Amino acid sequence: MLSYILDVTVNILKGTIVTLQLFFITVLLSIPLGLATALARISKFRILRDFMGAYIWLFRGTPLLLQLFFVYYGLPYFGITLERFPAAIIAFALNYAAYFAEIFRAGIQSIDKGQYESAKALGMTYWQTMRRIILPQMVRRVLPPVSNEVITLVKDTALVYAIGLAELLRSAKRIVDRDAITVPFIVAAFIYLGLTLVLTGVFQKLEKKYEIKE
Amino acid sequence: MYMLKAENIYKSFHGLEVLKGISMNVKKGEVIAIIGPSGSGKSTFLRCLNHLEIIDKGSIIIEGEVMVSSDKDGIARYKPEKEVRRICRKMGMVFQNFNLFPHMTVLENIIEAPIVVNKTHKDEAVETALKLLHKVGLEDKKDSYPSQLSGGQKQRVAIARALAMKPDIMLFDEPTSALDPELTGEVLKVIRELAQERMTMLVVTHEMGFAREVANRVVFMDNGEVIEEGTPELIFNTPSHERTKAFLDKVL
Repeated sequence: MLSYILDVTVNILKGTIVTLQLFFITVLLSIPLGLATALARISKFRILRDFMGAYIWLFRGTPLLLQLFFVYYGLPYFGITLERFPAAIIAFALNYAAYFAEIFRAGIQSIDKGQYESAKALGMTYWQTMRRIILPQMVRRVLPPVSNEVITLVKDTALVYAIGLAELLRSAKRIVDRDAITVPFIVAAFIYLGLTLVLTGVFQKLEKKYEIKE
Repeated sequence: MYMLKAENIYKSFHGLEVLKGISMNVKKGEVIAIIGPSGSGKSTFLRCLNHLEIIDKGSIIIEGEVMVSSDKDGIARYKPEKEVRRICRKMGMVFQNFNLFPHMTVLENIIEAPIVVNKTHKDEAVETALKLLHKVGLEDKKDSYPSQLSGGQKQRVAIARALAMKPDIMLFDEPTSALDPELTGEVLKVIRELAQERMTMLVVTHEMGFAREVANRVVFMDNGEVIEEGTPELIFNTPSHERTKAFLDKVL
């Protein structure tokens, strides 16, 4: 039995690689994209603000699974055909950036206006103020909600199952179907739990690191 | 030439007129105390001087350079943003709530603007910062974070931070109003020393004793207007206006 579990685990871990790739690329793309969206959302240009508002509304207002289907099955009708993995990345990055944008916007707007004023009184430009004064303080405040999103993302990656990507859950399901046994699901559950445990630890460390500073 | 020349400043917030034609000329080395009841517009006036508020009408000239002036219809026209920022750099400001950067140490707070804005070399900025910290009596706090300081210490750091930009004029917006009474003395001492060094200063304050002792000129504002101004002796001993008398009766 033990060697069977080991064998199953190795198999599922292969699928986990796809899960991790999707996870890391999504995080790397959606955080900067979310930050840019947040800054556009509070910019003085109304068109930019409204455009980003519409984007956020669209991506928070529809299911991620639907967005995934649209990018993979729908875009070919518009002449854009994507492989499964890039399609998944696009849907995930756009969806998560919308959520991150709102978290970052709230974080930026929670900073006392006295910080902007003292920076301005010292001769700093808007962008110098953002980069040196506001955003570093924002990072600390948004860590808990960002941590939430990132942990949700780990589990959301299972959705790509629906467009046939061989990720963690799909690898488990394949063995379940083959061997008519639920053990692989339990193994999969433990792998998800392990991943989220690591992430929880990472974010706790980050929060501690920034906490000392304030 | 005046260090600072403000003429006929008008300012409204959402239809409510808070400054109704304020004018003020400040000479080099002058210390001006602006006093008056809450809501009289004294802080707003100070904030207009360094572009934290946009004026509706009037003109502001800093060391001979026009930052904003009124066109023939009386509408305030500002110089381009870059120009305004450069002119404002001649002024340092200290706020009631300190507004230190909480994510930076005391030293980092002070060297930030010299490095980022003036492109001063870090070693030089640190050297200046340490001298300023010595001056405000806080060298031993250079590696502390603002949250570890008392209110009086925070305000002294804020003064050092403003001085690090080598301003010609210092604006103090109620620098001791957020402090416990026993802490105001240490902050006033620093401002007094600056006065002795002939720093040009405008101080909005509720500390009448301080205004009387340090200021060359006291300006009494009420309801968006300058009611009267003069030497501390004149204002405190023989105020000529009823409103000045009523105010001083209440606070002295």
